[in-house]
Amino acid sequence: MNSVIPREIAQKRLLETPFAPRVKAACEVNDWYMWAGYTTPNSYEDVGLEYFAARNGTGVFDLSPMTKYRISGPDTEAYLNRLMVRDIRKIGEGRVGYTVWCDDEGMVHDDGTLFHLGKNDWRLCAQERCMDWLWCSALGFDVNIEDETADVAALAVQGPTSCATLRKMGFEGLQDLKPFGLARFPFGDGNNGGEVLVSRTGYTGDLGYELWLEPRHALDLWDALFAAGREYMIRPMGSKALGIARIEAGFIMAWEDFVPAEQVVRHGRGRSPFELGLDWLVDFDKGQFTGRTALLEEKKRGSRYRFVRLDVEGNKPATHSFILNARGKTVGHVTSAAWCPTAKSNIALASLQMPWGRDTDDLFAEIYYTRELHWTRVLAPCKVMHGPAFDPPRRRATPAANY
Amino acid sequence: MKKYDAIVIGAGHNGLCNAAYLAKAGLDVLVLERNPYIGGATVSRELHEGWTYSNCSYVCSLLRPEITRDLELPRHGLQVIPYQGGVTFTRDGDYFGNFGDHERQYREMARHSVRDANAYERFSSDVMRQTRLIRKYLMTTPPDPTSLKPRDLKGLLGLAQSFTDMGEQGLLDTLRFWTMSIGDYLDEYFETDVIKAHMSGSGIIGTALGVYSPGTAYVLLHHYMGDVDGSIGAWGFARGGMGAVADALASSLQSFGGEIRCDADVHRVIVKEGRATGVALADGTEYYADTVVSNLDPKRTFLECFDESDLPKSVVHRARNFKIRGSSGKVNIALDGLPTFSALPKDSPLMMSDMHCIDSLERLERAYDDWKAGRWSADPYIDMLIPTQVDPTMTAPGKHMMTVFVQYCPPALADGPWTPEKRDAFGKVVIDQIAEHSPDFKDLILHAEIRTPNEIDNEVGLTEGNIFQGELTFDQLLFNRPFPGYAQYRGPVQGMYMCGSGTHPGGGVMAAPGANAAREILADLQRPSVVPEGYLDD
Amino acid sequence: MTETRADVVVIGAGHNGLVCASYLARSGRRVLVLETNAQPGGAAATREFAEGFKVSSGAHFLTQLNPAVAKELALESHGLVPAARNLRTVALTLDGEPVVLDGARVQGVSPVDQSAYRSFFEQNKRFAKVLDGFFNRPLPRLVERGWRDSLSLMQLGWSLKRLGKEDMQDLLRVGLVNIYDVANEHFESPLLKAAVSMDGVLGSHMGPRSPNTVYGYLYRHLGDYYGMTGPTLVRGGMGTVGAAFAAAAQSAGVEVRCNTAAAEIVVEGGRAVGVTLTNGDVVRASTVISNVDPKSTFQSLVGYPHLDAGFARRVENFRTRGVAAKLHLALDGLPAFENLDGDCIGDRLFIAPSMDDIETAFNHAKYGEFSPEPVMEISIPTVHDPSLAPEGKHVLSAIVQFAPYRLKQGWESGRAVFLEAVLDQLDRYAPGIKQQVIAAELSSPADLEKEFGMAGGHWHHGELSLDQALMMRPMPGAHQYSTPLPGLYLCGAGAHPGGGVMGVAGRNAARVVMREENAA
Repeated sequence: MNSVIPREIAQKRLLETPFAPRVKAACEVNDWYMWAGYTTPNSYEDVGLEYFAARNGTGVFDLSPMTKYRISGPDTEAYLNRLMVRDIRKIGEGRVGYTVWCDDEGMVHDDGTLFHLGKNDWRLCAQERCMDWLWCSALGFDVNIEDETADVAALAVQGPTSCATLRKMGFEGLQDLKPFGLARFPFGDGNNGGEVLVSRTGYTGDLGYELWLEPRHALDLWDALFAAGREYMIRPMGSKALGIARIEAGFIMAWEDFVPAEQVVRHGRGRSPFELGLDWLVDFDKGQFTGRTALLEEKKRGSRYRFVRLDVEGNKPATHSFILNARGKTVGHVTSAAWCPTAKSNIALASLQMPWGRDTDDLFAEIYYTRELHWTRVLAPCKVMHGPAFDPPRRRATPAANY
Repeated sequence: MKKYDAIVIGAGHNGLCNAAYLAKAGLDVLVLERNPYIGGATVSRELHEGWTYSNCSYVCSLLRPEITRDLELPRHGLQVIPYQGGVTFTRDGDYFGNFGDHERQYREMARHSVRDANAYERFSSDVMRQTRLIRKYLMTTPPDPTSLKPRDLKGLLGLAQSFTDMGEQGLLDTLRFWTMSIGDYLDEYFETDVIKAHMSGSGIIGTALGVYSPGTAYVLLHHYMGDVDGSIGAWGFARGGMGAVADALASSLQSFGGEIRCDADVHRVIVKEGRATGVALADGTEYYADTVVSNLDPKRTFLECFDESDLPKSVVHRARNFKIRGSSGKVNIALDGLPTFSALPKDSPLMMSDMHCIDSLERLERAYDDWKAGRWSADPYIDMLIPTQVDPTMTAPGKHMMTVFVQYCPPALADGPWTPEKRDAFGKVVIDQIAEHSPDFKDLILHAEIRTPNEIDNEVGLTEGNIFQGELTFDQLLFNRPFPGYAQYRGPVQGMYMCGSGTHPGGGVMAAPGANAAREILADLQRPSVVPEGYLDD
Repeated sequence: MTETRADVVVIGAGHNGLVCASYLARSGRRVLVLETNAQPGGAAATREFAEGFKVSSGAHFLTQLNPAVAKELALESHGLVPAARNLRTVALTLDGEPVVLDGARVQGVSPVDQSAYRSFFEQNKRFAKVLDGFFNRPLPRLVERGWRDSLSLMQLGWSLKRLGKEDMQDLLRVGLVNIYDVANEHFESPLLKAAVSMDGVLGSHMGPRSPNTVYGYLYRHLGDYYGMTGPTLVRGGMGTVGAAFAAAAQSAGVEVRCNTAAAEIVVEGGRAVGVTLTNGDVVRASTVISNVDPKSTFQSLVGYPHLDAGFARRVENFRTRGVAAKLHLALDGLPAFENLDGDCIGDRLFIAPSMDDIETAFNHAKYGEFSPEPVMEISIPTVHDPSLAPEGKHVLSAIVQFAPYRLKQGWESGRAVFLEAVLDQLDRYAPGIKQQVIAAELSSPADLEKEFGMAGGHWHHGELSLDQALMMRPMPGAHQYSTPLPGLYLCGAGAHPGGGVMGVAGRNAARVVMREENAA
């Protein structure tokens, strides 16, 4: 476990993903940010066009900086089941599962997707690094955990024409892949041949896939993908567009909707799965997992917060707004918000304090906005939504059609 | 002779800060300083022609921002420029660097150990939790746990509340943190020698304890609890050297009408009928005031500036037993040019940071073993900086000044008293250690000022050369600093107060003791307080 | 494979396990104690280490046995008979007079030191009283506390206040400082200082200059408050103590099964419900109590997979590096120590010429080396109890420091070298003793770990430094004797207050078990 990274990489000011040459060329507005040390585009050309590519055609997002851990060894299943709140035995081989993991107090460390690649061979993808916790959790288990972030290039290919694009590129049969399924396709030829792992997953809440491959094939894949997608309205998308899509789909995000448990400095600022609306993930019947005792206690005692998706009146995004009740009492705050162009709704994800969060008849978002140096404060009525703002049937339909 | 409202003995930063607040409140204040210059250990001096040295304290972080603003120190000439990071050179020719940028830091750590790089985030948040707890108490007077006065009970309840706010496990973790050694604490996070060595320095600087001595984890906070521009734990250079801090405080004091007299060596506090009434200088001059404040350390204050008969026996006893141990020295060097360090890539920003040469906890602990045996460390811990890369005012362009803090160095040697030869031999150990990592270093040296605890004691007036005016171990912190029952800045004689680093919250160029003492004095004089409470630090 | 049922199963028949079992059995529970070794008693054991020579192979004195435990369990009627009480402590010296500590009295020092020692002793007795209050109960939870915790907290606070301002201030200070400074503050005689500081560092990974060593001193001097002015030597060696505890337990209805090793604790539905033995047999019980050290308990007996990951990390971080070795010599005759009066030879003898010598000896342990000039606490039990050796022969038992658990060169090759260094050191103080040696045995911490099943060979089951003491003991999450695993409790030296034959941990644990079972 005493592994190190090479000096050349350590001493770089910024890292580049394997797609960097193409990404740089495509990024016309030079709007960059740093994600886990990698230069990543906020947007390429126009956030609106990029967003609609993912909703109407095919949006391509470079998710190579995502942390990827390979977990193997004889105790892998037992290990993962003790780590995760859900019963991972229910994620069959060749399947992917969304999951969260908690600390001893039942507070969420992070969320991510778990790929069951083969017997005792799994991959965990998450936004934040979590190796420290993975290792800590490995005490008493015979498992091997490798950080393969830099060894796996990854693209999210999302949108109604994504399946068509990928089939055009040669991934025939992809249409039969079920949501959260995994498939492998050969890519490249001759000595240089390789394989692309495709998962029907994504962060947009629409039909879409994520492609995982060796970095040496990255540029070829990009080129082939964009060549195939020309007729299917393909377009690279940056994180701003993705951000709107994920709020529309009602997905949570670390550092926005919750703070990873181990990074919490002020006692009590973490959130449990129940407090993030993830009750459905927690499985008390599967046996021991970290946080089980605390979560059982919470179940008995009641949670401190309730996580809701709000439909906010008007079209001013309720970013960073307080949520008030009918009596004017502050009962919570918005963690993420956006005007969602496909659902045509003004969506906010919010954390409400209990017990006030229980009564959600009359809630208002306190929104401030400015027009030509004039600030306005509105109290916009909100409705608690049941389910995400955008959840089209094509997201789940199998076989996937050429929409 | 004119009678003042208050006399402050010693023009160190705390004495000046204390005097400035008293003057601001309208008191007629006189500060008496033994040396021909002010500042105490917060001083810049030209000791080699064309070179200004910060020859005692050398970097700035702890100076309370409330005070900086309140006394308008920027208007009085103080400018603090932040710097980032640090580096430790290793014996095998490599180094470990500390960067301000989170990801760069991660990768540099991962170059040594992926495991440590991942543990670092947990370490940072755990230490930040402790830092936040203690920061709240820097600008307050500690409550007395043995007292039943409403104010003390309220203070204790407040203290209990902050603990309770941490949760059961958080509280136990805090108690562990305070009682652990920095070595054991780091072992809970890291596996790599050089990383642990790098991180542990803050746990022992200025302290006569080793990295494996319980209590040193807490000392770490004294290097993490400051901030520059709201960035907690950041450090900076005072433009013009640390003397700029003292000069700004003095200027602020004078703007309120306070007086400073140098070359005025206070010999004795005059006590009449159990009250301090003034001070007598070594030359016989006497100054009178109803309030006498000592910026000197507790031993110098009570064992040298008082007639024993004027003090309660227990205070003399406690002053004798007060732990104030010289453990560090200083080497200040004028350089003909910027030295190169073989391990560092060209133009590395780490050149501008704290540089160290000890790459394992064992070497650090052995350095301490030497001190225990009454020798200077054969292989010392050093903290060196070249501020002239950032500060153009300290010497000519192209020339440089290096400040080297050295630990451990005992105030008294086992083999007899300090001599100039021994002092130079101590300096040579330091220079040799640096030269191990910098081939051109020795050729660039134009002048070096070598200061052992002996010089610091004699020149600055810090007993045993202890930079914190008393060990920062838990038995001497909060309501125990300097002694139990006397931690609220009031001395054992009516009208007499303490305001030095020997009082809460302790050493470092923080100025909080001076400000807190002023608040207590003004309360006793039934004057409205002009001293700020701490910032709301959420 | 057979299955036995009991109300309570205790793993380990160390004295705390037996104490805990006794109290629970008296409350009407069916209690079964499992012991790996052939004899009950744990580190309170007597063993024949050479033909005809028997020795207390673990602890060799009784210093802080809680009088209430002794009385409630009627240990004396169960065979615990002292061979000598209130032994003096003698600091040996090569030149001049040795320093002899006898309760508040001290010989061999100046009158100034004599009176200083008396007031030092008296103050520590007052501190010991406060400490006794802290030790005799499960320490309260501080944040998530119930009425019982609050009451307990108030009682403890009151016991501190009652000390008076001056003493309370002193206690708040000395609780954190090192014995080196405190000894220097009080005394002149280097030998006296050394003797005092030995009590601060015995059994600990600490030198006199390590902060927290005053806590170690107070811990050891708890017996002063119980009215013992010095350690007690037990007839038949410490094995008698183990046997007496076992007899007391059996008379209370406890079944003690020796030669029965626990393999693992059975966990079902997130609860400890029994113990699987190495032979495959299962003992089922609604309550499982471990007298085994916390690290082995959680790491091996429970297994981390049954616990939360953060807690597992806390267990891993629990420091258990023992530094005390045990020396056993079979001697042809009574050794003659330099400058030592014949009538002190049966007392507790220290070889520790000065605090700096102890500190220097400790320095080596920090780097994985043994002390080339070790310090030691010596007992020649045969002076008072001839039954341990053939007629005219003697046994010498010594706790020797410092011998790090992880010796850089390895104990396999290091043991003989260290034994030589130890004998050389002894021979300086008792010239000719080397020629008297018939058989010699040196148990390193690694050997003690094997013999008594204590992690790190640490007789406190884990370092007794402040960060692992009181309400932090053994680690947050498992303090107050209960553990994160419902149904599992700790009762050994790894729990509050710590090691030494006191019996308090076992008694407190029994109290917590009864309280929690009643609440359920």
